[in-house]
Amino acid sequence: MIFFRLVFCRSVLCRLVLCRLIRSIPFSIALLTYSTYSHAHLVYVTNEKDDTISIIDTKTNEVINTIEVGERPRGITFSKDFSKLFICASDSDAVQVYDVAQAKLIHDLPSGEDPEQFVLHPDNKRLYIANEDDAIATVVDIESRTVVAQIEVGVEPEGMAVSHNGKWVIVTSETSNMAHWVDTDNNEIVANTLVDQRPRDAEFNAEDTELWVSSEIGGTVAIIDVESKETRKTLSFEIKGVSADRVQPVGMELTKDGKLGFVALGPANHVAVVDRSTLEVIEYILVGKRVWHMALTPEEDKLYTTNGVSGDVTIIDVASLKAEKSVKVGRYPWGAAMLPDEFVP
Amino acid sequence: MINSNNVLSTATRLFTTTCLGLAVLSNSNLATAVEVDVQIHYLEQTIDRPPTRSKLIVWPEDDGQQGAALGIADNNTTGKFLKHQYELQKTIVDNQSDLMVEAKKILGSGPVLLLLNVPAESVVAIADLPAANDDLLFNARSKRVSLRSEQCRSNVLHSIPSRAMLSDALMQFFAKRRWSRLFLIEGHRAGDLLYAQAFRSSAKKFGLKISDDKQWLEDADIRRNASLEVPLFTQAKKYDAVVVADEDQDFGHYLLYNTWLPRPVAGSAGLSPVVWSPVIEQWGALQLHSRFRKLAGREMTGVDYANWAAVRSIGEAVTRTNTNVVAELSQYLIGDQFELAGFKGHSLSYRDWNGQLRQSVPLVHAHAVAANAPLEGYLHQLTELDTLGLDRPESQCSRF
Repeated sequence: MIFFRLVFCRSVLCRLVLCRLIRSIPFSIALLTYSTYSHAHLVYVTNEKDDTISIIDTKTNEVINTIEVGERPRGITFSKDFSKLFICASDSDAVQVYDVAQAKLIHDLPSGEDPEQFVLHPDNKRLYIANEDDAIATVVDIESRTVVAQIEVGVEPEGMAVSHNGKWVIVTSETSNMAHWVDTDNNEIVANTLVDQRPRDAEFNAEDTELWVSSEIGGTVAIIDVESKETRKTLSFEIKGVSADRVQPVGMELTKDGKLGFVALGPANHVAVVDRSTLEVIEYILVGKRVWHMALTPEEDKLYTTNGVSGDVTIIDVASLKAEKSVKVGRYPWGAAMLPDEFVP
Repeated sequence: MINSNNVLSTATRLFTTTCLGLAVLSNSNLATAVEVDVQIHYLEQTIDRPPTRSKLIVWPEDDGQQGAALGIADNNTTGKFLKHQYELQKTIVDNQSDLMVEAKKILGSGPVLLLLNVPAESVVAIADLPAANDDLLFNARSKRVSLRSEQCRSNVLHSIPSRAMLSDALMQFFAKRRWSRLFLIEGHRAGDLLYAQAFRSSAKKFGLKISDDKQWLEDADIRRNASLEVPLFTQAKKYDAVVVADEDQDFGHYLLYNTWLPRPVAGSAGLSPVVWSPVIEQWGALQLHSRFRKLAGREMTGVDYANWAAVRSIGEAVTRTNTNVVAELSQYLIGDQFELAGFKGHSLSYRDWNGQLRQSVPLVHAHAVAANAPLEGYLHQLTELDTLGLDRPESQCSRF
């Protein structure tokens, strides 16, 4: 390196530039190889009617394993260190804990009845669980395996979200049409935002300045300002050739860079792509039947969608916004969670 | 569960009002707690059901009442966060004259919200009472088509489908499957004749032919001799399905598998268009079933569903307008903004030409949903739900 510098450069500026260039070469090579290297992350998909989880390898996009879990598995999420997988086994009235390294279910957590969906607090200690049948959200301490609090919410809670700073947990109530704001310091509801009919899911953006809430029967997504807790904008969706009744927003994924939002539209069989700088829908991507939830790869270059009625998962390439392939899983795939390749045992 | 030390407490204090009071139309969707008390009245005339042949047919005594009760419970769970409180006042009578006396009492006390579980003629009589002028009545029981047409009233909304919606649902199914020749059998009771008439109109609407049209045998010993009586009764050269109008479930079930030609039975038995059924499992219906079962200790009937839908309609209107003023709620309910999620997979809303709650009609049998009307392929300029029942040009209602 030094030889090159001495030979090719006389001036200090030239040496500086060349030095910088040379030093960056290994990095550039690494960057090149990084972007073309396919990661073998694993996508865990709950199959609601089969009581199983299908595991998809993102390099081959094939199902490499199917594991048996409790009854009617729906919500699914990894612990912060990706050593454990939490599964809402709704009809078993439990949250099951799956050890990723040992590849087996190790114990249950109490969850209240009929846990449908949940979020893991960023402190990695508490699960906030929606108990659909009882108009309650249950807070569970993972370490001690005890119920810490039960919060009365509206009718049929399902959608759960937690802000990245851990301050807010959101519970959406399907029949009460509300997003409840839970202060995680005292687990009390501090405010309620009315949304359109039948809210199903909630997502915070990376900065925790926006909360997105989908309304399945209302057919809209509300973008709520976290500061004022009021809706700033309501997104509507229209797909040529698809009856408006079938456009039913459920799951949403927001990219970390703030550029794109993806909305699964249920029996419309499409995923809407929202440009977050303009808050306009820029694309509708055709996937399988009754698309409800999704998971992005850690690089956010691929999006995996669960298509309940067709029993498959579609892989969307984020750069081109095109559906690449669909892979068959079990019956009525519901939730999807991503295990990054560095954590794959 | 509202923290009294929160940011909103100042706003709450500013906005709190007492009941029967000021209408506050909230511009923001942040749910600020405006105290609103909502009284909903329930008026029922118990029907004397005729005895049925089968001991399996049981009509619950609290039919409708439990549906209304669940609606109130759901409204109150939501209302907790908004300081809205709902209460149901029930009045049940067993004859027409007491009914009118009670109706006058209820309606006489200022503008009220009233669920009617009474025969069709009484719906009209009550709606026409001078005291009923400023009230909002929900017909949650009568399926009489004329109430949605020439006998409509501007102070009556219908949360239960009409016979025309049910028969249209069945005929759409037949038309799509090309089962175009139908053998129609009507019972003897008033409801049967009306249902059969609805089938005839719907068949015509969807271009199907009723090739045979008979009234059921008066005194067949059908429990014993179905396999002798029914083939003979249904003997004909050609038909694709048997349609039976037997609202009290008296003889229709005995037709299955005994028809002269091997054909499906539909209508009041076999493949049935219904308001609601335990076999409906989609669209979160399991949630509604489980809440109802916990409350009532039995399955939810169509009349329960209609009462629930009426109470939930009121709840939704109050939630969005923050008022209990009947005139404002009426206006909101019939307007463009009103939407109710009713576990049928789409929004429910009221038709602004006759006050009918538009909704899909499932076609079911004992263990599953066979199809859901409106069936795919039936188009409409406004919404496909309006292919069921009286569409705007078909209705003779001019009061809305």
